[in-house]
Amino acid sequence: MEEEVQKTLLEIADDELILGWRDSEWTGIAPVLEEDVAFSSIAQNEIGHARALYELVARERGTTADALAFDRAPDEYRNSRLVELRLLDWEKTIARHWLYEQADAERLERLKQSGDAEVAGLAAKIDREEAYHRMHAKMWFDRLEGQPRFTAALEELRPLLDEGREEHTPELGELWEEMTMVRRSQPAGTKW
Amino acid sequence: MIYEVFRQERKGQPLQHAGSVEAPDRAFADVYAREQYGRRGESTSLWIVPRDAVIEIDDFVDELNRNYHRVDGYSLKEKLKEARERAASAKSADAFSAGKG
Repeated sequence: MEEEVQKTLLEIADDELILGWRDSEWTGIAPVLEEDVAFSSIAQNEIGHARALYELVARERGTTADALAFDRAPDEYRNSRLVELRLLDWEKTIARHWLYEQADAERLERLKQSGDAEVAGLAAKIDREEAYHRMHAKMWFDRLEGQPRFTAALEELRPLLDEGREEHTPELGELWEEMTMVRRSQPAGTKW
Repeated sequence: MIYEVFRQERKGQPLQHAGSVEAPDRAFADVYAREQYGRRGESTSLWIVPRDAVIEIDDFVDELNRNYHRVDGYSLKEKLKEARERAASAKSADAFSAGKG
């Protein structure tokens, strides 16, 4: 697999892993019970997608999905800054969800055209699940569109999509501490 | 608003009440019902109905205790047993006469 393709897959995997973690912070405290179930499920899907993508890259590099997900330093992650922020307002969370799903759809569409059948197949598989996420994002978008707080959230977060993936906010470091804590504290040779 | 959700487990089976979801409109009801009752391959079809649209009847009167109107008021078991016995003896009689001929 070309280095460029691996790089793209890792970017997507990092996005999905970090966003999955951030979205899961709503578990138990979402606005209504139904939303709690739906959003937690989306969070879980994103981490599942990350796993599948890491596995593809791990095979190429002779490592494991877990090592790629948890053994790198925070500054080695290539996720978008959009996904790493800890957003505790629902309108910002939904604005991020909407922006991310749109950008993700375009990216998956390109990946589905990949010459590598395995990559194209995985992209198609992920996209079928993302269709639910897009439906969820759209229903919230339609409901909140034009509301001042939602509009402001979109304006605030949209530019983050185009910022580079090389540098991160301190919020990624904090999340990394939490995310990798169990793995870092396990005795050498632990098998789960 | 509460939406009642009915689900069909396999094609051809009747839809049965699965539960309900609370949603502000049809789009939310659609997404929440899919999420809770359809995403793990447990359903082939869902009906999502606003609770207001359901006509509920639960005031069945039987003041004169006319139990023959009720399903359990008329025992079929005995009558079926007799009918089966009659049919069986008629069959063996037929077989007997056929064997003779």
